[in-house]
Amino acid sequence: MGLFGRIKAGLQKTRSGIMNRLEGLFSRKNFDDGFFEELEEVLISADLGVETTLDLVEDLRQKVKDEKLTEPDDVIAALKQLLLDILGESEESLEPPTEKPSVILVLGVNGVGKTTTIGKLAARYRRQGKKVLLAAGDTFRAAAIEQLEIWAERTQSELVKHQHGADPAAVIFDAINAARARGCDVVLCDTAGRLHNKASLMEELKKVHRVIAKALPGAPHEVLLVLDATTGQNALAQAKVFNEAAPLTGLVLTKLDGTAKGGIVIAVARSLKIPVKFIGVGEGIEDLQPFIAQEYVEGLFHAD
Amino acid sequence: MIFESLSNKLQDTFRRLRGRGKLTEKDVNTALREVRLALLEADVNFKVVKDFIAAVKERSLGSEVMASLTPGQTVIKIVNEELTKLMGGSVAELSQAAAPPTVVMMVGLQGAGKTTSAAKLALLLKKKKHAPLIVAADIYRPAAIKQLQVLGEQLDIPVFQMGQQEPVQIAKAALEYAKKHKHDYMIVDTAGRLHVDEKLMEELERMSATLQPQEILLVVDAMTGQDAVNVAQAFKERLSLTGVVLTKLDGDTRGGAALSVRAVTGCPIKFAALGEKTDAFEPFHPDRMASRILGMGDVLTLIEKAQASFDEDKARDLEKKLRTQQFTLEDFLEQMEQLKKMGPLNQIFEMLPGMGGMGKKLKDIQLDEKQFARTEAIIKSMTKQERQNPKIINSSRRKRIAAGSGTRVQDVNNLLKQFDMVQKMMKRLGKKEKGKGIRRFPFL
Ligand SMILES: Nc1nc2c(ncn2[C@@H]2O[C@H](COP(=O)(O)OP(=O)(O)OP(=O)(O)O)[C@@H](O)[C@H]2O)c(=O)[nH]1
Ligand SMILES: [Mg+2]
Repeated sequence: MGLFGRIKAGLQKTRSGIMNRLEGLFSRKNFDDGFFEELEEVLISADLGVETTLDLVEDLRQKVKDEKLTEPDDVIAALKQLLLDILGESEESLEPPTEKPSVILVLGVNGVGKTTTIGKLAARYRRQGKKVLLAAGDTFRAAAIEQLEIWAERTQSELVKHQHGADPAAVIFDAINAARARGCDVVLCDTAGRLHNKASLMEELKKVHRVIAKALPGAPHEVLLVLDATTGQNALAQAKVFNEAAPLTGLVLTKLDGTAKGGIVIAVARSLKIPVKFIGVGEGIEDLQPFIAQEYVEGLFHAD
Repeated sequence: MIFESLSNKLQDTFRRLRGRGKLTEKDVNTALREVRLALLEADVNFKVVKDFIAAVKERSLGSEVMASLTPGQTVIKIVNEELTKLMGGSVAELSQAAAPPTVVMMVGLQGAGKTTSAAKLALLLKKKKHAPLIVAADIYRPAAIKQLQVLGEQLDIPVFQMGQQEPVQIAKAALEYAKKHKHDYMIVDTAGRLHVDEKLMEELERMSATLQPQEILLVVDAMTGQDAVNVAQAFKERLSLTGVVLTKLDGDTRGGAALSVRAVTGCPIKFAALGEKTDAFEPFHPDRMASRILGMGDVLTLIEKAQASFDEDKARDLEKKLRTQQFTLEDFLEQMEQLKKMGPLNQIFEMLPGMGGMGKKLKDIQLDEKQFARTEAIIKSMTKQERQNPKIINSSRRKRIAAGSGTRVQDVNNLLKQFDMVQKMMKRLGKKEKGKGIRRFPFL
């Protein structure tokens, strides 16, 4: 299956799940309270959250009234536009990094797919002909270094690592210096998964961020928060707290190949104005796609 | 706290409810709408929420509402009861094989926490003097086997592995190994997989057929959103799940997924993982969790106890006194004794009808347990006359009472001040609630 096919296949599930309900929904003749309630349910079940859902539906009601919409198609279009307004219509992807080296810091709670995303990103940049270095900044979890090592081999990237238990800031500092010395284009920094409510671990992150800036003025060039599409409302709290510790430049939404819709990114984009840059659609090296808002939103509403 | 935010939400709702006296059907609907939103925000699946609300509504609108408690308290009670029912009964134990080893399979989505939980469970068993074997059957994720080996070494628990060989073959060989080496438990870590991954789900079925496990535990991230029901449903259809492990509960998620998964699988949640350290793993307490969701555990206990220990006649008597404002220190003492039967003090006032704004003031008079004993001693050292008419307690009487009760004059002064405050508050309450609020709570 080609790359595009994969994401389509991934989104297909997103679609069909919502579509089944929407078909019933939009076959209604008139837009009464029941209609909007059902719509609320559709959005809630996609993990958009209560607040975002209620606001969206309220806005939609207003739009239906103001613009005197009567056709289901027009109402779908109106809702799509509301979602696009939140997500931003532009393609906000990470294009071939321009700085040399470009430092990309990858963050997130435990098990969301940070290390795998780094592997996939490395593969992507390698395909673009870039020289990539991976920094083994997770010195905490058992065998985390070995895991990244395997991704370095798979993508033929360089790797800088210290011992298990070492200071992550020191690893990343060394990695940036090594990247400069070896003429690397991109440094991808792995970090240990951490729950955002652990103050000491968030302090550690701040330190990592400071040290990166010290090692290379202007760095980090990107700070990506990885969110698991199966995560519910907690992702919003995650984004808020991580953003405070290390200002985020983008989100990566992983595990979209399952049945989860990942709608919480809409709530995150709405409240923090952080764009989604990539989506993960599998465990393979090629299962990373740029996030295209239009496609994501279309995917929610069209069956094909 | 795990369910703190949800608790706060619900508590707000009920604080609003409590202030209202009798509930109409409309009140119940409004309240349940709030509960519904709170549960949805907590990531409880919307269908589960629907069923839950329906159950509570049905019960609330029945005759039970009119039973002995105020309507608001009745709704609190029903919500809690239904929530508890949904979470399951008591702590669930691991079942045991007739002939060892007892085989436990850990299954679930990628990143849920299977590997760490497998090690943690093994440690828990080891601490109970068992001889667990950990089996590394995640042949897909890079360094997954290495991760288990490191953990095994750290915990001094043997780890069985055969590299990237077929998981079913690993399972077969591991079973032989466990028997031969007298391991009484065998914890099998499997690769994370999507519930829609046909090939890998089928692999699990084959492993299960080979191992004939006593336990298949679905490992679920507590932060999971609406999709939790789909995942649980799919795993349940393919495997005979026996329980659930809820992970990452040390986060600040509201953890509504616990309710969803429980509702879909019907399996008990057996363990809770509460941190990255290998000993942060405990048996799951569903009852505790349900009352934690409500954030009113002690309050609910109090409602029950109040119901049991409450004396109608005395209450009617007290109500009359309140209205005529003849509440004396003697009554105060009696009420305190009633209170003492009912347990922890700090929550008592939280639950009182119409006490919304007064909660803080009551905190100022610090009714802690120690002071309780002191207060009792002081009142007991007063003459009957003094108890009925505290105004006559002049400074020499105060000295005598202090000496008699083994307290300081200052303590006596404080008590009299407190009593004065309570009396004033009761006058206000008596006016506002017209005796309604105190019906079930004779101590005020
Ligand atoms: N299906 C699917 N699985 C994914 C995706 N991204 C990552 N995974 C899997 O999720 C699991 C966890 O991924 P990791 O990359 O180890 O996650 P992490 O955030 O680095 O985890 P920690 O370092 O332990 O906090 C692995 O089994 C990955 O293969 C994705 O887009 N889809
Ligand atoms: Mg990692």
